Amino acid sequence: MAAPFIDLPWGIILILLPLAAAMAAFLWPSMAKAVGLVTAVAVVVAVVGLGWQLLDHGLYRHAIGGWGAPLGIELYADGLSLLMLMATALVGFAVSLYAAAYFKAEDAARFWPLWLVLLGALNALFLAADIFNLYVTLELVGLAAVALAALTGSATALGAAMRYLLANLLASLAYLLGVALLYHGFGSVDIAILATRIAPAPVAFAALGLITTALLLKTALFPLHFWLPPAHASAPAPVSALLSALVVKASFYILLRLWLELFAPLGAGAGIDALLGLLGAAAVLWGSVQALRQSRLKLLVAYSTVAQIGYLFLAFPLALASSVAVWSAVAYLALAHALAKAAMFLAAGNLLRFGGHDRIADLDRAVQRLPLTTAAFALAGVSIMGLPPSGGFVGKWLLLEAALTQGRWGLALVMILGGLLAAAYVFKVLGYAFTPAAVAHKSTAVPASMEWAALLLALAAILLGFMAPLLLPLLGIGEPFGANGAGP
Amino acid sequence: MNTAVPYALVGVGLFALGFYALIVHAHLLRKILALNVMGSGVFLLLVALARRSGVALPDVVPQAMVITGIVVAISATALALTLMLRLAAASGRAELPDGRED
Amino acid sequence: MNWDGWIPPLLLASSLLPGLIIFTLAEEQVRLRTLLNLGGALVKLALVGWMLWGVYHGHHYEMRLALLPNLELVLRADPLALLFITLSAVLWLVTTVYAIGYLEGSPHRSRFFGFFSLCVTATVGVALAGNLITFLIFYELLTLATYPLIVHRGTEAARRAGQSYLAYTLGGGALLLLGTVWLYTLTGTLEFTPQGILDNLGAEHHPTLIMIFILLIAGLGVKAALVPLHGWLPQAMVAPAPVSALLHAVAVVKAGAFGIMRVVYDIFGIEFAAGLGVLRPLAWLAAVTVFYGSLRALFQDDLKRRLAFSTISQVAYIILGVAIVGPLATIGGLVHLVHQGLMKITLFFCAGNLAETLGIHKVSEMDGVGRRMPWTMAAFTVGVFGMIGAPPVAGFISKWYLGLGALEADQGWVLVVLAGSSLLNAAYFLPILHRAWFRQPPESWPKERSFGRQETAWMLLLPPLLTAAMALAVGLLATLPFSPLEWARLVAQREFSQP
Repeated sequence: MAAPFIDLPWGIILILLPLAAAMAAFLWPSMAKAVGLVTAVAVVVAVVGLGWQLLDHGLYRHAIGGWGAPLGIELYADGLSLLMLMATALVGFAVSLYAAAYFKAEDAARFWPLWLVLLGALNALFLAADIFNLYVTLELVGLAAVALAALTGSATALGAAMRYLLANLLASLAYLLGVALLYHGFGSVDIAILATRIAPAPVAFAALGLITTALLLKTALFPLHFWLPPAHASAPAPVSALLSALVVKASFYILLRLWLELFAPLGAGAGIDALLGLLGAAAVLWGSVQALRQSRLKLLVAYSTVAQIGYLFLAFPLALASSVAVWSAVAYLALAHALAKAAMFLAAGNLLRFGGHDRIADLDRAVQRLPLTTAAFALAGVSIMGLPPSGGFVGKWLLLEAALTQGRWGLALVMILGGLLAAAYVFKVLGYAFTPAAVAHKSTAVPASMEWAALLLALAAILLGFMAPLLLPLLGIGEPFGANGAGP
Repeated sequence: MNTAVPYALVGVGLFALGFYALIVHAHLLRKILALNVMGSGVFLLLVALARRSGVALPDVVPQAMVITGIVVAISATALALTLMLRLAAASGRAELPDGRED
Repeated sequence: MNWDGWIPPLLLASSLLPGLIIFTLAEEQVRLRTLLNLGGALVKLALVGWMLWGVYHGHHYEMRLALLPNLELVLRADPLALLFITLSAVLWLVTTVYAIGYLEGSPHRSRFFGFFSLCVTATVGVALAGNLITFLIFYELLTLATYPLIVHRGTEAARRAGQSYLAYTLGGGALLLLGTVWLYTLTGTLEFTPQGILDNLGAEHHPTLIMIFILLIAGLGVKAALVPLHGWLPQAMVAPAPVSALLHAVAVVKAGAFGIMRVVYDIFGIEFAAGLGVLRPLAWLAAVTVFYGSLRALFQDDLKRRLAFSTISQVAYIILGVAIVGPLATIGGLVHLVHQGLMKITLFFCAGNLAETLGIHKVSEMDGVGRRMPWTMAAFTVGVFGMIGAPPVAGFISKWYLGLGALEADQGWVLVVLAGSSLLNAAYFLPILHRAWFRQPPESWPKERSFGRQETAWMLLLPPLLTAAMALAVGLLATLPFSPLEWARLVAQREFSQP
């Protein structure tokens, strides 16, 4: 019974199905919504199938059409890829549910093809086995994301999208230059092969510098975050959710994987890990303070993303001494943030549609007028603050444990302080959700599916707090988190 | 002296030149052109590095990469130009908005 | 098959599930909501009774669930846990009745009772926690679940009080988290164990352990309202009376005090902690809090604020009992956990009745109120005498054991604290009684509501009478088996290596 199901080429389905669906949605706009929803469900099924395969056979490697490296395209999946694919499938499903009610007519016809391309590109990125395919998929993700960010067509959104695009293209070219150098220096683009060959030569350091900087720009690590808040805040709510939850994680995933398998020994020697930790700490504090200062809800949530990305980088200086625990913590934090931040943006979208504005001080008794949405925002907030029980708490606990074991008090204090600041900005919103506004506003009804989509993601972020015994072993499939520890 | 080296150096030079232009010019068309120059620099470098000493045929892998890269660059440029036109139509200026929206 | 392990989670579910269902109810489904509220409270009480009997007869109620690498979520009903759980379960039932009466006709009751149930769930979780991380989880949940109750009324004042409450409690939670993780990196375990888990750590770790102790106590001291971390409590009084009664007089401050007990007894071990030299400063801090709370209470005209400062002072007795090392003082501290709860909730219920029935919020408005509301003021009087420590009310037993414990531990200065604070208690409570019973009532009350021949609604009157009766009963019948005193003795026996 299980065997035929297990043996389907899930990796390929994950890439081709959304791309084919995007084409269909583009050609037949009237069917776009149906195609999109079916694909979102199918992707969830395919990820489950791939996970099953991984548990059964261990690592997944597949040379498309029988062409292997160096000319062909190989797919590769381990625990880390699977986790990212799971996040994509889950967030993608909820956002699709939400978008089905959110977008009407022309907007829908534009949204679905772009989102399905993005979905396929994200899946391809998480399954890519070589650094050049990572470049291609990253570029696809970036272009689809920019187009989505510009969807409303307002001058603000177009300006933000333009800035986003320029930052993206610059980063892509720097990354490509790094790829060229690595290929020149070590004769391969396959990550596994490069891992066995890489040596501390000047060309390796030049590539490390170019690739890391490029990916930091795409991931919006402080101080390269300038493009993120306007782009994420001016996009339509479902797009903001996708950008903050998944697109930023895509470039972070590449950085994480390359760091784990290629750069860790080089970077630690050159003190780059310490620098990344420092920037991460600055991002946590700066992003949180900026979030606290915002009077618009969507900008607050966007700056919160800047802060939460900082957390991911606090791990780099800790990784040398206890790599498996630290990288597991980072993967967990990334997953938790994806779910929680998507929930927050969707909830913010509901509040925006309901009141026609997103001024925090005028939320006007949202707690009784939109209880499910407020609950979603609050539960997602719990995970963002890193309070128990939530996925955010698990990640923060593991990271804190590593920091204190190594006596890194500065990092530990940043983690604690970041949590408190997060609580301050989350409860700033929730406090105003209880009070009435000075003047009454008109309100628009919010479809139930939009409320439930937000709540579903928030509940998933909370539930993640109990899933560590299941998910951490899953992360252990394959090289980076396996028994061998990080890198070669 | 390897004949590929001057090409590679020119490639890096183009990349740097493009980067400079991207930073200093405000008009979006110039920024987009600057990115294209940077792209050409990278492609030139890739092609130069494909040369293998002692073998008549160059390495095909970088060539394949360049072809792919050009396709990507064309799509990106198309998107950038469209966005620029829409932005110019909506705001009256083909420049990035000043400061941030907060 | 042994079902004992399922009782602790059931105990949580008995308030969690009704709470979650209540959230979904419409405002007008009063009957169903009342049924769920009271049903859940009764089921919880029955389960607690079952476990009391079982623990007394040597049953072991424990549930474990993997949570993190090498760390589990542990729910365990040991004697100390049961002391707190019994108190919460009994008072939850009483307060639910009171709250139904108090909030009759007011808006957003489904939300109120939903969060109310979540608070009780978190409190029971705090009590059942079998290790420090489980404790931490429920401790933070309690913070989160109380917030909506504080801002329940949706006024600007309530919102501000909520922000201030969170600033204190989440700040405390952060210190607790830091201390907990630090401890874990040293010990590799966080299990609550009688006489502590630190015996095998050598003297070179002592400075670190002192730092950890300070972090943990500071984190817990916020909820226990130890000076100077007490500022949130008087502000939180903007919440509706049942919230002040159950949560602020009992659940939240007790969660802090209970956590201090767990840390001192079951993480550090009382004898180890005494050896570290950290308990003497804690005792001084508690003594300062006792005096400070009483002094501030003297000058409050707002009745609920006076009671709030009194709570600050009274909860510090519990900490004092912990910090004076010795079995008798331990018994005094433990038993005061229960006694203070019974007495203080009585006083808050009465204050709520005065506000609801006559619109009285200030002490200066209470002239002659004893004639208008004799039953309420009778309950109030019992509570007051208990607080002062007059026999035979429960408070006397607590102070007696604290005094004996101080003598046993050769710490005579504590007697001065006890005597002085009793005088202060009398100074801020007796004038209220004098006003209420011996002064002439005014022509009209600030905002009177009529309840026919009764002085107030029976759902408001019954709870304080009941808790006042219990406060008397646990004092009079202190030597019977299953009395709080006897149970406290049972707990104390486990915590000292030489009885």
